[in-house]
Amino acid sequence: MNLESIPIQAFLITSSLLFCIGIWGLLNSRNAVRVLMSIELMLNAVNINLMAFSSYIDNNLIQGQVFTIFVITVAAAEAAVGLAILLSLYRNRVTVDMESFNLLKW
Amino acid sequence: MSIALTTQIICFTVLSLVVIIGALGVVLLESIVYSAFLLGGVFMSVAGLYLLLNASFVAAAQVLVYVGAVNVLIIFAIMLVNKKEDLKPIQDIKSRRIISTSICLTLLSLLIRVDLTNVWSLSSPQNSVGEESTIRIGEHLFSDYLLPFELASVLLLMAMIGAIVLARRDVMNKDISTGLPVDQELIEKSSKPLLTNKS
Repeated sequence: MNLESIPIQAFLITSSLLFCIGIWGLLNSRNAVRVLMSIELMLNAVNINLMAFSSYIDNNLIQGQVFTIFVITVAAAEAAVGLAILLSLYRNRVTVDMESFNLLKW
Repeated sequence: MSIALTTQIICFTVLSLVVIIGALGVVLLESIVYSAFLLGGVFMSVAGLYLLLNASFVAAAQVLVYVGAVNVLIIFAIMLVNKKEDLKPIQDIKSRRIISTSICLTLLSLLIRVDLTNVWSLSSPQNSVGEESTIRIGEHLFSDYLLPFELASVLLLMAMIGAIVLARRDVMNKDISTGLPVDQELIEKSSKPLLTNKS
């Protein structure tokens, strides 16, 4: 096989694996901090996807890289607000177990 | 990029293995502190992948924002809420695990099938901007992406104020549960939490 560069499929498969690991962690974690970490993993998978497409398909007008910068900005804001919500939850319920946050459960 | 192809492939293999194994460790490890430090390693390896894709500015932003800010924030949050507690067992945990794992595997197979079967219209590497990507990002941010750029600053301000308001401990004159006056000079003293679960 004659390659000129790393195939784009390698980057896409890496990001697919990372995204699915993030979803699994999001669904199965009991600790609320680990849920936030899984969300960060999923955002990083999306960023790898955007960067791969920007480098392989749109390598003149690299709009994917600009998009990645915006995603990083929103992810930083999301982490700050999420951890603040977590702190006030912990102050009110004295636990970070996701199963005990059931006030809105019918 | 001026690195030989074999070196690029070796770098990509090592970085993606670190990303995948580190992410599995983040999700599966028992200790949440180990998970947080592994998450920093995953973020660094993702920055390395960006470097392989000729994007030095985004790699630097990734290291600064994710490793320097988000990961440190997560470690501080763990330090504030890390209390040993015995989790109540869930009765139907096994069926839950099976359902969620099958959902994830189905999604993964779907994504990989799309990745491998779709014919991507790759552009020729001749008109690649390469090392000038930082200049091109700056031009984008101040011309056609100017409105999202300004909105991002408003979003960051809103997130900062929201985080301060949410994480602040309210200063009250009277304790709600006991009715006694609160010692204002020692707000951070240990006290009983206000809305504990009665069940």
